[in-house]
Amino acid sequence: MVDEGVFDPNRVRKAIDVHAAQDVAWRVFTEKMGTWWPLAFYKIGKANAIDAVIEPYQGGRWYERGEDGSTCDWGTVLAWEPYSRLVLSWDIGADWQPDPTLKTEIEVRFVASGNNATRVELEHRHLDRYGARRDEMRRIFDTEGDWGRLLHSFARAAEAQ
Amino acid sequence: MIDAMATAIRIERALNALGDPTRRAVFRRLRKGNRSVREIADGMDVSRPAVSQHLKVLKAAGLIVVRVDGSRRLYGIDPGGIEALRNWLDGFWDETLAAFKQAAEQEQNQSRS
Repeated sequence: MVDEGVFDPNRVRKAIDVHAAQDVAWRVFTEKMGTWWPLAFYKIGKANAIDAVIEPYQGGRWYERGEDGSTCDWGTVLAWEPYSRLVLSWDIGADWQPDPTLKTEIEVRFVASGNNATRVELEHRHLDRYGARRDEMRRIFDTEGDWGRLLHSFARAAEAQ
Repeated sequence: MIDAMATAIRIERALNALGDPTRRAVFRRLRKGNRSVREIADGMDVSRPAVSQHLKVLKAAGLIVVRVDGSRRLYGIDPGGIEALRNWLDGFWDETLAAFKQAAEQEQNQSRS
């Protein structure tokens, strides 16, 4: 379904198999984002972030909540289709500051793949909206397959010293 | 986000350093352990001063370290630099989705018990 063979510099695609029912995966993603999102690293507000919230309807806000009660918008809910499809806008600029005009998009699909198993597919698209900093941002969002393999072998070698 | 940005800059530097084929070859020569400039240059079609220059760039990129052994300077891979690269190479979405997977599976197990 996800065609990794076609390189499109304006999007990053990921998929992960989760040993959880489709509705469970959906709820954890949308209602409990604050429990798993790496807030220590991936947050943009000044305060320490303690939660990440998706308001459960189209047009809802997607934001982080700081320990001081402040909120900082990440984007909005563009499509809310429990338990199969979620589209969010990601309005965080290349300098990791809120930019409501940015409007890159994240589509997340939850595909039931057996008994208590779900394939979660994520596409982060419209990266061209980062303009001159697209490639830099793409590298941050994506993994680099060949580099990854290469460096794993270096790491093993380094650890063996 | 400051940490993530600092990491991104460091990684950018490391990837740029490894973007040069000769420098990559120099780096590869350190896989099996520490080497002197002479040992690295041996068998390569590169002068020792050129190797020294490549080593300087690799060191600035946090990829290698220098150890002084008596009168010899030995160059070796910096495991810290490799670790940083490896962590980063998993990528923003890989890291985030892996965390999600863990939380969803924990939830599934709890709802079952």
